[in-house]
This record gives sequence, C-alpha cells and structure tokens, in this order.
Amino acid sequence: MSLKLRNIQKDYREPGGGILPVLRIADFQLAQGEQAALVGASGGGKSTLLNVIAGITEADAGQVIVDNVDVSRLPEPARDRFRAERIGIVFQTFNLLPAFTALENVLLGMSFSNKADPPFARRLLEQVGLDKRLQHRPSQLSVGEQQRVAVARALANRPRLMLADEPTASVDLAHQQNILSLIRSTCEEFQVSLLLVTHSQEVAAQFARVERLADFNRPEAAQ
Amino acid sequence: MNLLSIALKSIRQRLVASSLTTLSVALGVALMIAVLIINGYISTMFRETGTGYDLVVGPQGSRFQLVLSTIYRIEQPIENLPWRFYEQMRDHPLVERAIPIAIGDQTEEGQFPIVGTTPFYLTTSYGARGKKFEVAGENMNEAWDAVIGSEVARKNGWTIGSQFRLIHGGQDDHIHDERFTVRGVLARTNTPNDRSVFVNLEGFLMLAGHEKPIEEAIAREAAFFGESEEQIRVRYADQIRNAAAQDHSAPGHDHAHDQPLPTLQRQVTSILVICKGADTVRRAAAAMSIMSGLKERNQAIAVNPVQVMRDLMDNLLANVRLAVLILTGLIILVSGVGIFVSIYNSMADRRREIGIMRALGAQRRTVFAIILLESLVLCIGGGLLGLVLGHGMFIAGAPIIADRTGLVIDPWHVEPLEFVIIPALVVLGTFVGFLPAMTAYRTDVASALQQ
Repeated sequence: MSLKLRNIQKDYREPGGGILPVLRIADFQLAQGEQAALVGASGGGKSTLLNVIAGITEADAGQVIVDNVDVSRLPEPARDRFRAERIGIVFQTFNLLPAFTALENVLLGMSFSNKADPPFARRLLEQVGLDKRLQHRPSQLSVGEQQRVAVARALANRPRLMLADEPTASVDLAHQQNILSLIRSTCEEFQVSLLLVTHSQEVAAQFARVERLADFNRPEAAQ
Repeated sequence: MNLLSIALKSIRQRLVASSLTTLSVALGVALMIAVLIINGYISTMFRETGTGYDLVVGPQGSRFQLVLSTIYRIEQPIENLPWRFYEQMRDHPLVERAIPIAIGDQTEEGQFPIVGTTPFYLTTSYGARGKKFEVAGENMNEAWDAVIGSEVARKNGWTIGSQFRLIHGGQDDHIHDERFTVRGVLARTNTPNDRSVFVNLEGFLMLAGHEKPIEEAIAREAAFFGESEEQIRVRYADQIRNAAAQDHSAPGHDHAHDQPLPTLQRQVTSILVICKGADTVRRAAAAMSIMSGLKERNQAIAVNPVQVMRDLMDNLLANVRLAVLILTGLIILVSGVGIFVSIYNSMADRRREIGIMRALGAQRRTVFAIILLESLVLCIGGGLLGLVLGHGMFIAGAPIIADRTGLVIDPWHVEPLEFVIIPALVVLGTFVGFLPAMTAYRTDVASALQQ
C-alpha cells in the first residue's frame, strides 16, 4: 500500500479562540501505482489533507502511513527528509524558483535528499519535452512549460507517492489536457501513486478512482 | 546542488543590492588595509631607523625633541653642546664610537635638512639588522664634501659633482656663500636619510655663524663643566689669543674660516653613541652606565632612541592608530548592518521561496544555513574584495606616493592584523545573518505556500 490514513484529525484555531475542525478521516487508502482524483468544495480541507500527507502540516491525531512508514510519528527533520525522498509535490502555481534554470529547479529537488543525479534530471526534462529548455529560467518559459518543469521536479527523487494540488487550475484549457496526461503518464511510467486534487469534473472524469472528500471526511462529527 | 550554490543564486537574484552591500564592506576593509599599511610603514620606519645607535646624547631638554631632530630631522635641535663634551664622550671607556651631529641648516634648493657630521656616520650601520649605507661615489672625506640622500638627488636633480649652498638655520634669507660639492649619493634607505644632505662637519663648522663667539663660548663652557671662566681661559689660552688676532667678533663678519674652527668655539647639536660590547646585552649595560653617569652630572641627557620612539608610538601614535582603526571598524560594522537590512528586507519576498524549498524537503536548519551562507558570502566576499582593493590601491599608488613624499611603500606587505579581518568578517556575517536566518527557520511552510 502506498498511502494509508487512519483516524486523522486536524483542527484549526480560529482568531476568536474557537476550534474549527477541518479533517476527520477514519480511513483512506491508495494502492501502490494507483491514481486517484480527489474532488471537493473550496475550503473543504483538500489542501490541508495534502499538507498532512506530505508532512508539511502535522495532524492533531491519527496515522499517515506512506510507503509503510508512519509519517505522523516521525520527528520534523526526519519527516522533511522523508518528504524529500519519497513524496513528489506538484503545486497549482508551479512554485518554481525564479533564480534557477529549469535544470537547476529539478536538481534543487534532488539536493535536499542528497541524491543529486544530473543525468536523471536531464532525462526527466527530456521526458516532459524540455530538452531544449534546460538552461531557461521560469520567466523564459511558457506556463505549460513551467508546469512541466514542476512535474519533472516532483519526480526527481523517484518518489513513491505524487501529490498534485490543482495542477491544471492555472493553465489554459488548451494545455490542461497535456499537463494532466503528462502527470498521469510519467507517474505510470515510474510506478508512482498519484493523488490529484481538482475541482474540475472534466479532470476528475479521466480517473478510474474519484474520491469526494466529503464522502470520507466528517469534520462535523467533531461538533 | 549544494547550499553554497543555492545561496549564490539568491545573491545573484538580488544583484544590485548584494553588490552595493558587498562594495560597502569592501571599501571599509580597503580603508582599514590602507591604514594598516601606512601605520605599519611609519611604525617600522620610526622604530627601526634609530636601532643602529645605542644612545643619542644631547643638551638638557625634551628627549622626544632630541631623537626627532637628530635621527628623524622633523624637529628643531634643542641647543648646542660644547666640543669638549663630545671629546669626552668619544674618549669614554665604554664608547666604541661617538658621531657628532650638527643640524639646523637647510639646502638653498629644496630646503632639505643639512647634517654636519663625520664620514663615520655613513660607515656605521643604521636601522635594524645592521643595515649599511650604500654610497655611489665617495664619502665626505674633505671639508667641503657632501653626500646626499636618494630623494635629494632625485628631487634636486643633483649628481656627483653638483654644488650647493646652505641657508643658515634660524636666520631668514641668510645664505652661506660657501659651496659644498656632492661626492656621493646614497642608495634608498626608506629612512629620513633619503631626504637629508650630509656635509663634512669641518666644513660645516667653518661656515660663518656656526662658531660660538669666544666670550660666549668661555661662559657656556664654564657653566657646562662647572669650572671658573679663568680655568677656561687658561685651558684655551692659545685659541683665545689667535681668535683675538683674527677678530671674528667684528660686526658684519660673514665669511668662512679658512682654518679648522678652534675647539673652544666648536659646538654640536647632539652625539650618536655606539657602545662597546660583544653583544646587545653588554652594549645595553654600557649605555645604561653612560646614561646614569650623565644624569648624575646633570650636563646633558642620553636616551635610547628605540625606547623613545617606542614610547612615542605607544603613547601618541598608537592612540591615533587605534582611533582610525576603530573608525574603519565602525564603517565595516555599518556595512554589516547594510547587509542585515538587505537580507532582512528580502525575507518577506522570499517567504514563498523558503516555503517551496521546505516543501521540497529542505529542513529548517537547511534554509537557516542558506540564509546564513548568503550573509557570510557577502561579508567574506566584501572582505576579500577589500583586501584586493586595499593592496591594489598601493600597487597603483606606490609610485605616486614615492614621487610625492619619498616614502617607498611595499604594497605586498601584509600586516598581522590583516589576518584577523576575515575571521572578524565571519563573525560579523554570522551575527548579521542570524536574525534573517532565524526568520527563514521559523517560516510556516503551509502559510508560506499560500502566499
């Protein structure tokens, strides 16, 4: 199993001092190599869930097991290291570093796991069709190209799990399908499980497994 | 991709701000290097120039004035000493060599100081490590011979055979008629000797006005040695009789003597003394004995020139040096504050960047290190640039300084304090980078990514 969530709880403290329950997930699983679309309303906790899975945000309770490792039990430095080595993240706004070239952005992802592999970084960029744009900075790339760099960077450390947060939301319709196909095909090729958050029904419809957050997240149960 | 290259990328992204802050550090360091080199040069020159002599003996007065006028020629002489006293010093059982010095006059052209002395002056070691004068040509063996310093030769364009006249010290517009002839030119010594003109003491004393009038000489000698004037008149009876015959005391007397000046009328401004002794310890002991002997008699003062200059350097110049160094240190500190402001202000813009790196797996200590490295690179880079600039200034400016002041500065000379600059900048860089680095360390990834 690539991902298991058990009894996850996450609350936010409101400015007024009150508690806002965001996540109450009893059980969620994603098999190795499986691809799933996660849909839900805005503000429903999708991004928080991805952050909890990635170890960026700590759950208040429960277990987050990625690749048979209980991420929620790891101390923060180990969690960071684990994220660098086993989890790839594609953001809605790409989040490339503007001072770095396309190749350097991919290498940057590798550097935090101490697994710098420039030939593999080049191969990834060739894979996403950017073999002629290795030395270009994000500002010199089109939106579609930037997202391709982001995908290559997410795969840089040969992760076991890819988390994609609305990866097509900032891309025009013409490029949406390309980006989506790219993410899915590369994950398939590298045997990486994929959990893709989207609010687009068209995007979700392309996945064999579509999960509605509201179906397995019951924050209202806490109130 | 290592942390340093990531830090360098960030610096390059803010190239203008980074360059300006680095330049400010560099200029501060360059200024400090300039102060250190000049100070080091002056200290060395002051400390070492007098190390060839065990004692400087002169009339009662300021020991600083005595050394500064005798060795560095940057002060007026105190007064004069009778020749008989010089002879006593010369014949002292603890004295290896006594060199009489008569100063106060200047060259007509260029106003270089005149040093009336014996040829021994130029055959005696000067400065530390037994440096010897190198004379192109001959020594000033005859009465009207002169040897000139390298700067005098360069500025006045004098060579062997050139002739010159002297302006009498303390009397405006009085130029001696007699001419000295340059017999030798000194190689550069990087000491005040380069800007001095050495003339044979015999010729110097024969110049009009350099002799002590007979009656004054009798009174001065009687007072100096604690004898009666009658005793002095008996001692110098022949000289007094001859002087009366020549009537040199007549008003308007302005011609030189054609015979060596009688010893009664001779006077010197100071005496350089080299003591007997096989090593420096024995020489120092002899010098101490002479000093205490003179102190008891209360006739003259004898000082160790190195000790006097050390006192001067420590009491006066050391404070000036310290003040300038503190000032340049503050400049560097202000530059450090500039780096802090530059990095700290950029942190708000870079919050998202830090969030991305953390999301990619960078640990808190990693982003802390990246920001700290940026600060260190700016500080150390500025420091290294400052070292290059500081020494570069002297490489470019050394010929101009030499041309204008006669000081030959070695641009490659490294002061020990320079080795402290880079470690100090490492401390400064760590200090000014700490707070921005802590900001990066504490960045909340989730909220930074939502920015």
